[in-house]
Amino acid sequence: MADVKELKQVLTGPIINNNPIALQILGVCSALAVTTKLETALVMTIALTAVTAFSNLFISLIRNHIPSSVRIIVQMTIIASLVIVVDQVLQAYAYAISKQLSVFVGLIITNCIVMGRAEAYAMKTPPMMSFMDGIGNGLGYGVILLSVGFFRELFGNGSLFGVEILSKISDGGWYQPNGLLLLPPSAFFLIGGFIWLIRTYKPEQVEAKG
Amino acid sequence: MEHYISLLIRSVFIENMALAFFLGMCTFLAVSKKVTTAMGLGVAVIVVLAISVPANQIIYQGLLAPGALAWAGLPEADLSFLKFITFIGVIAALVQILEMALDKYFPPLYNALGIFLPLITVNCAIFGAVSFMVERDYNLGESVVFGIGSGIGWALAIVLLAGIREKMKYSDVPNGLRGLGITFVTAGLMALGFMSFSGVSL
Repeated sequence: MADVKELKQVLTGPIINNNPIALQILGVCSALAVTTKLETALVMTIALTAVTAFSNLFISLIRNHIPSSVRIIVQMTIIASLVIVVDQVLQAYAYAISKQLSVFVGLIITNCIVMGRAEAYAMKTPPMMSFMDGIGNGLGYGVILLSVGFFRELFGNGSLFGVEILSKISDGGWYQPNGLLLLPPSAFFLIGGFIWLIRTYKPEQVEAKG
Repeated sequence: MEHYISLLIRSVFIENMALAFFLGMCTFLAVSKKVTTAMGLGVAVIVVLAISVPANQIIYQGLLAPGALAWAGLPEADLSFLKFITFIGVIAALVQILEMALDKYFPPLYNALGIFLPLITVNCAIFGAVSFMVERDYNLGESVVFGIGSGIGWALAIVLLAGIREKMKYSDVPNGLRGLGITFVTAGLMALGFMSFSGVSL
C-alpha cells in the first residue's frame, strides 16, 4: 500500500503542476468543443475522469499479462468498452446532454489523455496508484474545461449552468453578450491565456527558446 | 453532382475538422513545427480518412444500424451500441494494413509517412469524421466525398499553421506564451479567418 503523501501527490499533481492540457498537450481535441456551456463541460469532465480512472485501473491490473506487441490494441479495447458504458449511461439518464455532446463522448476513446496515461503510467504502476493518477489527470483536464466553460457561458450568454446571471439586453436587461465567446476561436484564445497564466505562476514550465 | 461539390467545399472550408470542431488537435499542435513534416502528416490523414470513412459507412449500414441484420433473419437486432469499439478496431486495422501495403509496394511513400501512420490511429480527426458520418447519416458516395474533403481541410490547416510557426521563430513572444501558448492563439486567429467562409454556399 502506497503511503498517503505519495498518493496525494499523484492525485493533485496533474491539476496545476503537470496539467495534461496546459503542459503535456494531451486531450485538447475534445476540450474545446464542449465548453460553450458549463453544463456540458461538467458532464464531459465526469465522463473523462471515470474513463481514465477505470481504464488505468484495469490496464494496471493486467499489465503483467499483456504482451508488449499487442498492448495498444488491448488498451484500445478496454478504453472503448468503458466509453460504450459511459455513452449508454448518458443516453439513459441524461439524454438531452448526450445529444449536445454528440460525437464527443465517442471521442473520449481517442482522447490522448486516456491513452497517454495508460501507456505512460498504468503499464508500470500498481492498480491503486494508477486509479488515483487517472482521477488526478481527469481533474486536471476538468479544471481547464470548467474554467474555459465558465468564461464562455458567463460572458457569451450571461448565464451559468443555464441560470441567468447577467441580464441580457434582448431580455430587457443591461448586458450585451459577447457573441465571439460562443464561437470556436474564443476557446483557443482562452486556453492560450490560461497557459500564459499558469506559466507566469510557474516559470519553470516556460519553454526554452528554440 | 452539385450536391457532392457543395459537400466537399463545406467539409474543406466551412466545417474544417481542425479549426471548427477542434479534432485532431493533439497532433495539430505537436507536429506543426515544420512545413515538410506537417505536409507528410496531412497527406497521411487524407489517405486514411478517404479509406476509413467509407469503410466504416459500409460496416455500420450493413451490420450495426438498427434493422441492418434483417438479411440474416434478425430484423429487430440493433447493434449500434457496438459502434465505437467497431470503428476504432476498423481504423486501427486499416492503418496497419495501409502501413504494410505501403511498405511492400511504395517504399518511398512509406519512408516519408512512416512515423506518422501509427500516430494516426489515435488521431481524433479520423474517429470524429467517422462519428459525424454516422450522425449525419451519409450514404456511400457522400461518405467518400466527406472523408476526402475533411482530410484536405485538416491537411490545409496543419500546413498553414506550420508555415506561420516557422516564421514565428523569429518573433519575440512573451515568456509565458512561448511555444504552446502562442500556438493556441495563432490557431484561434486562423479559426477566425476560416469562419469567414461560413457564408459560402453552392
